[in-house]
Amino acid sequence: MTSHRLRSLGFWSLVVAILAYMTLPTLVVLMTSVNPTEILAFPPEGISFQWYEKALTYPDFQRAFKNGLIVTSLASTAALIVGSTFAWLVHRYTFRGRGLLEAVLWSPLIIPHFTLGFGFLLLGGAFGLQQGYVMIVLAHMVLVMPFVTRAVYVSLANIDPDLTRAAANLGASPFHVLTRIELPLVLPGMAGGWLIAAVLSLTEFTASLYVTGSRTQTLPVAMYNYIREYADPTVSAISALLIIATTLIMFIADRAFGLRRVLAIDTH
Amino acid sequence: MTQTPIVPAAVELVRVRKDFGSAVGVADVSLKIERGEFLTLLGPSGCGKSTLLGMIAGFLTPTAGKIVVDGDDITGVEPYRRDIGMVFQSYALFPHMNVFDNIAFGLRMRKMAKAEIVAEVRRAIEMMKLDGFEERRVSQLSGGQQQRVALARAVVIRPKVLLLDEPLSALDKNLRAQMQVELSDLHRKTGLTTIFVTHDQGEALSLSDRIVVMNRGEVQQVATPIELYRTPANGFVASFIGEINALPVARYEIDGTDAALALPGAGRLVAPARPDRGFAHGAQVRAFLRPEHVRPALPDETVANVVRGVVTTHIYQGSHTITRVEVEGIGLIETRVTGAEIVGAYPIGAPIALVLDIGQAVLLAAP
Repeated sequence: MTSHRLRSLGFWSLVVAILAYMTLPTLVVLMTSVNPTEILAFPPEGISFQWYEKALTYPDFQRAFKNGLIVTSLASTAALIVGSTFAWLVHRYTFRGRGLLEAVLWSPLIIPHFTLGFGFLLLGGAFGLQQGYVMIVLAHMVLVMPFVTRAVYVSLANIDPDLTRAAANLGASPFHVLTRIELPLVLPGMAGGWLIAAVLSLTEFTASLYVTGSRTQTLPVAMYNYIREYADPTVSAISALLIIATTLIMFIADRAFGLRRVLAIDTH
Repeated sequence: MTQTPIVPAAVELVRVRKDFGSAVGVADVSLKIERGEFLTLLGPSGCGKSTLLGMIAGFLTPTAGKIVVDGDDITGVEPYRRDIGMVFQSYALFPHMNVFDNIAFGLRMRKMAKAEIVAEVRRAIEMMKLDGFEERRVSQLSGGQQQRVALARAVVIRPKVLLLDEPLSALDKNLRAQMQVELSDLHRKTGLTTIFVTHDQGEALSLSDRIVVMNRGEVQQVATPIELYRTPANGFVASFIGEINALPVARYEIDGTDAALALPGAGRLVAPARPDRGFAHGAQVRAFLRPEHVRPALPDETVANVVRGVVTTHIYQGSHTITRVEVEGIGLIETRVTGAEIVGAYPIGAPIALVLDIGQAVLLAAP
């Protein structure tokens, strides 16, 4: 064996090891979801889809899923509107306090979700909004805001400044430059940002644990509550369904809106 | 069809200045551009030509001075109210619109009636030979086609002035030559007052009515291409336009009807005294001589202004050859002769005698 082939073998072993390390926990959960018996055994002793059926028909999960959809659509949309406006302001204008605004906007990336959830719980108590939809939506909105803002900001920054100049040169007022040039060009970024926000919100657990109640709990919270009482593969099945759903959303988003560009993986 | 003829505007720049912090972008430029003129701003990158264009378009605000179009001071007018068309170096075609919508954009912003827009765009498409491309996305077009869409889009609004910001620099050589002809045709057909920015002296010489040579934010000379080539105003213009030999600084001596250049270390070069040169006896001057005004001396030829040197390089260019000769006391002199015979007659390293046609030289006062 030549040294080149040896090196190549070493490289691929490393790649496989990293892949295994990253996907193993998920694989274990997925494998237990098809276990025919009522214990969370690994490796599984056969193949059965009964837990999927139970997961889909379990009332708590159904309700939590609906709650999640309500929270997600409201929080992501609100974050999109506020985040896009922020992104446009930061992109377009230089003003005092711009740095501070940016810092506040990015802060949910640094501050633990635990802290944010706890903070919202205390705030909710002060305003009598404990564990209601308003509080959950507000909390989720803050959590997903950096991602939406980032997506829109990157799309804006990717617009060739000559395009807006050309539009003005051809007689477009600032309003028309915004509506005819900038908005259509950032629309994919906005859609992609909304989808990322939706996925994050749908699967968020830590902060949601504090701000949701038994009536308003979202799916990850319902799953946690379930597994504290029953240790059967139903949670594995619902996990699998959640993974499949989010993968599908991300795949469609990448195809339709170029998620790579939205996430600034290649900016030109 | 309603075809209002284009009424080209006259443009005047009055002591226009642009500072970038402590750096000077454009230094007090005053310039009059005639109705329907094709004027070129020529200079190396960073000379201020694009900054000047940006101020005329309204993307940059002058630090001082004013810009007047047809008697109206437009210095403070927003770009979208200026009626000035522009073709960008990057073309800046709208990627989310097809060819038709790109060209129609300016007309739609002017709230023109739909039927009229269709007619105007059709005419622009015909003029720029873009028939059949109306529905194409701009990303599906070649560089030359994109260029023509950009031109059609700028011309269709019947602008008072057309600005061209290095529009040919992104094209390959053959296409550039072809687009040069098309630009010239377009100017002839539309009669638009056109301001063209380029760093390519060849483009400037072949397209322009007049050329403004700029360097470090300042205008060096404003002249027709022929004047610019024959009588450059200073050393910068002389070396920027075409190839030229700069001889060492010499003493200008008048002796009756003859004038002589006394070159330290290389003897005297004589020329008929031309009163228009206006140098006093004893002035320090520098002579600039085009390569076509230098030729190898014939064997046993006895004429004035022969210098001797050694061939260092031949650059064969098909129709002619550029030969570099190291001349003692002067330095490198380039000669340009027809054909390739010189390559065989004077191999590299061979001694050669050159005749300098000093009567054709441009003499400038040495600083």
